[in-house]
Amino acid sequence: MAKGSRLAEILRNYEADLLEDWLREQRASGTLRPELLSETELRAQSREFLNAMQQAAQGGNLTDITTPEWKNTRDLLARISSIRASLGFSPAETATFVMSLKQPLFTRLGKEMDGQNLEGLLGEIWTVTTLLDKLGLYTTEVFIESREQIIARQHEDLIELSTPVIQVWKGILAVPLVGTLDSARTQVVMENLLQEIVNTASDIAIIDITGVPTVDTLVAQHLLKTVAAARLMGADCIISGVRPQIAQTIVQLGAEFTGIRTKATLAGALALALRDLGLTIQ
Amino acid sequence: MTPPGNERVPIQSEDDIVRARRIARTYAQELGIGLTNQTKLVTAVSELARNVYVHGGGGTMQIEIVSNRGNQGIRLTFEDHGPGIPDINLAMQDGYTTGNGLGLGLGGAKRLVHEFEIESWVGRGTRVTIVMWA
Repeated sequence: MAKGSRLAEILRNYEADLLEDWLREQRASGTLRPELLSETELRAQSREFLNAMQQAAQGGNLTDITTPEWKNTRDLLARISSIRASLGFSPAETATFVMSLKQPLFTRLGKEMDGQNLEGLLGEIWTVTTLLDKLGLYTTEVFIESREQIIARQHEDLIELSTPVIQVWKGILAVPLVGTLDSARTQVVMENLLQEIVNTASDIAIIDITGVPTVDTLVAQHLLKTVAAARLMGADCIISGVRPQIAQTIVQLGAEFTGIRTKATLAGALALALRDLGLTIQ
Repeated sequence: MTPPGNERVPIQSEDDIVRARRIARTYAQELGIGLTNQTKLVTAVSELARNVYVHGGGGTMQIEIVSNRGNQGIRLTFEDHGPGIPDINLAMQDGYTTGNGLGLGLGGAKRLVHEFEIESWVGRGTRVTIVMWA
């Protein structure tokens, strides 16, 4: 069916008309978001896509967009899709960019094939619609992929960001823990803390759990292991930010924090640490 | 907004444990359960949901609002179809663990809530029901 399609010829002969018709169609679709994408950029993207598609269609293959002659078109769509993803377009809005080309192309095909048999026209429309569907779905795939990359990066950022080790005084480190303390994060915390103990030659590390909503046996175990590891490196740990409700919960849970100094507030822990080091604030 | 009185939450991953905790906290807040009991309930949920995930190979947490002589409470049922617990008394003992945890999960959870019930069938699964009154 793809053989002998007049798509390439139509794209070449009516490039300017198609571009205008298509832009009109896109404006009418209500998915343009002029606040996110300027008319100039949209025009440039649309023209580029028509060019790429024309070149690819010349090869005669209109059914398989994974082949090398469609690479330019795919790359272009991938670029447009990730630009739009970062601008805040929805996947449907991005796919509409491609799908809205159907109407102008069908109209043009109808005019061009006037007088020819109906079967031929249906065949052309079927070829073009399948092709544009594939290209439209491709933008969605790329869109989701780039979203997933953003999420993965944010997840990594979050793990790094939420586990800073701060030197609050010479010889005193503080680790403010915020959020859910799962095994992966505890590992990062422990590594960062132990490394900083070496880097700063600190004697005391304050682990603040004010921002940890739930202290269950697993969190308790993670904390105990972190304290034990720091101790092996010669640093003493103070756990601060033990709120009243957390204290009662830990007691009933039966988790033992024996031998570990704990404080209700970070300020209290800092005062204790300064006293340990024989320092006073005047 | 009052949450619907009956909900079943799947527990199939670490993230589901966090979600189960958050949902339990929302219900407890809606019922006006105090901050300390909220924290205790959420901690118990954390222990039991983790048991379902780690030992039971996944399961569900059912949430119900219950009332007794005008007093409202939240009842949570944790179910899995895992290997079951051969000796419940032993499993409830502090310090007993088949994994590498602290061995305080079941006993701790029991002490944290107002009502606690455990049933287990070897080879078929385990069901733990807890209630916290407002």
